[in-house]
Amino acid sequence: MISLRDIHKTYQMGDVLVAALQGVSFSIDKGDFVAIMGPSGSGKSTVMNLIGCLDTPTSGEYVLDGVAVDQLSSNDLALVRGQKLGFIFQQYNLLPRQSALRNVEMPMIYRGVSGSERQRRALAALNLVGMGQRVDHRPNELSGGQQQRVAIARALAGSPSVILADEPTGALDSKTSSEIMELLRRLNREQGITVVLVTHEHDVAAYAARVLTMRDGQLIGDQRN
Amino acid sequence: MTTLDVHAAPESTPVAADSILFQPITASSSGFGSLWEVVRISFGSLLANKVRSLLTMLGVIIGVASVVSLLALGNGASASITGEIEAIGTNILTISAGSQNRGPGNATAAQNLTMDDAKAIEALQLPVIGVAPQLNSSAQIVAKSADKNAQVIGITPAFQVVNNLTMQQGSFISDEHLQGANTVIVLGSTLAKDLFGNGQALGQTVRINNQTLRVVGILTPQGGSAFGSEDDRAYIPITTAQKRLFNARTPDGNGYRVGSITLSAINASDLDALQSRVSMLLRERHHLKLDGSADDFNVINQAEILGTLNTITSMMTLFLAAVAGISLLVGGIGIMNIMLVSVTERTREIGLRKAVGARSHHILMQFVVEAAVLSMTGGMIGLMLGSIIPIIVTQLGVLDAPIDVQTVGVAIGFSLGVGLFFGIYPAQRAAKLNPIDALRHE
Repeated sequence: MISLRDIHKTYQMGDVLVAALQGVSFSIDKGDFVAIMGPSGSGKSTVMNLIGCLDTPTSGEYVLDGVAVDQLSSNDLALVRGQKLGFIFQQYNLLPRQSALRNVEMPMIYRGVSGSERQRRALAALNLVGMGQRVDHRPNELSGGQQQRVAIARALAGSPSVILADEPTGALDSKTSSEIMELLRRLNREQGITVVLVTHEHDVAAYAARVLTMRDGQLIGDQRN
Repeated sequence: MTTLDVHAAPESTPVAADSILFQPITASSSGFGSLWEVVRISFGSLLANKVRSLLTMLGVIIGVASVVSLLALGNGASASITGEIEAIGTNILTISAGSQNRGPGNATAAQNLTMDDAKAIEALQLPVIGVAPQLNSSAQIVAKSADKNAQVIGITPAFQVVNNLTMQQGSFISDEHLQGANTVIVLGSTLAKDLFGNGQALGQTVRINNQTLRVVGILTPQGGSAFGSEDDRAYIPITTAQKRLFNARTPDGNGYRVGSITLSAINASDLDALQSRVSMLLRERHHLKLDGSADDFNVINQAEILGTLNTITSMMTLFLAAVAGISLLVGGIGIMNIMLVSVTERTREIGLRKAVGARSHHILMQFVVEAAVLSMTGGMIGLMLGSIIPIIVTQLGVLDAPIDVQTVGVAIGFSLGVGLFFGIYPAQRAAKLNPIDALRHE
């Protein structure tokens, strides 16, 4: 599903070149649940941005679901993101003035999905995350956990190949965190959805089936729970 | 297993395999469907910020309103001036002595237009209402108890026809007066009042250059025109002016000078033909060579004056509209300003949209449409407000200032143009945002 080979990423910070990733290689199989861990500055966010097709590597190969995405233009990357990826963010990133349903429908707008199919899929996704009774609520009428559930539904609705979660519990209390992680684990186990998440919390990483550990731009650990 | 009923699934229901989410999505990756959705998104965000949207539109509203009202008033004023000139008569051709090349100072010195020229023009039997030679002089008119310096104009009876003059009292200069070079005078209404007060002027006598003239007629007040009041002038037979009052004998002593000759065409469309026919005759009579030597007379074509005035008034209208256009420009800059603020405020939203699959043209479209909707709506409101003044002015009868289709088109076209022009830059900034940075934006 995901295959990274000898990925390097170098940033220009003023006059200094910063090597954020120095030859990272790993693969993630379909249906796996992977947590990427590491302290800040370890390069885990950079890996996440690359997997998420938000950025391209300086060198190396990245194949996502059969598509070599490492040299695509930014518009083609947007297409790949829309079709193959679902995103979950730490801050939920819901549109504040739109209902939960409209928020879940939103990514499908850019794929040209008809209104009726968008709604069917959005409702199914909201049901799946247990938000079926709050489809007309706006984000400010929902708790943090509920908002994150809507965000998960948004990631699910477009039938992505992979769901990418960037610190999905970072803004939640521990009880809600475990609920959200339970939900992700259930989606992974019962629906066979591939999940990749970035976290620095061991409790969160414990839900994953496989943990990749990063430090100083290199992969230093790869273990199964 | 599939359940689409929202309310059938309580929150505690265990997650069920939901087959719809595993069906492939049936959709094109681009197309008009998604663009239409983008337009809907734009409307939504404008409606969410009603007060700001309205304030942003204000600039365009004021700009379009002033363009519309100034264009309508300008066109109305233009039509009114044209109408006034057409009332005087667009069918008039005036030939005066002197050459256009000699400058105004020498024009009066050129005294080569004669009574015989006038007679020769008359002999051409042209399709004219009348041929009216005249000799203008300024003179002191002395009455019993008052005197006044006035224009004393030597004329023939045709003058009355050509200029549509009507009598308040008495009669105009007649053919008999002309043939006899009689010492008679017709006074303009104001002049009569100045000389005789409220007393009876008709039948009284006045003195000009030691000649005594009898007042035979008073003209109806003509009102002021663009060319000065006709009511303080005096009219005498041209023969009297030439022979008795102002000694207008030609240098060769064989004839008498005239100041100008006025022709009134039956059809205004004949004016150009008349002009060339009369010019030809006069050149021949004045022995001017065909090799391009300048005319020693001027021909003023009323239609040409009308054309010139039309040019001036439309220039004025354009100028006023351009001034109003500046406020439209300022309105456009206001839109750009607010759109830039909006892009900055919604950086995270843009980042999110791009992260989940929006391409640059979707974002560009969203913001361009917002700017265009702002300016178009402003344009419509401005059009309505701008129509109020012209409608009131028309209703009051001050000026006929209709809002024509052209004005409406200009207003809407310009406001749309302003919106697109000033919306592109902020929209491009939004479209170029990097989703990673945009999502991190606080």
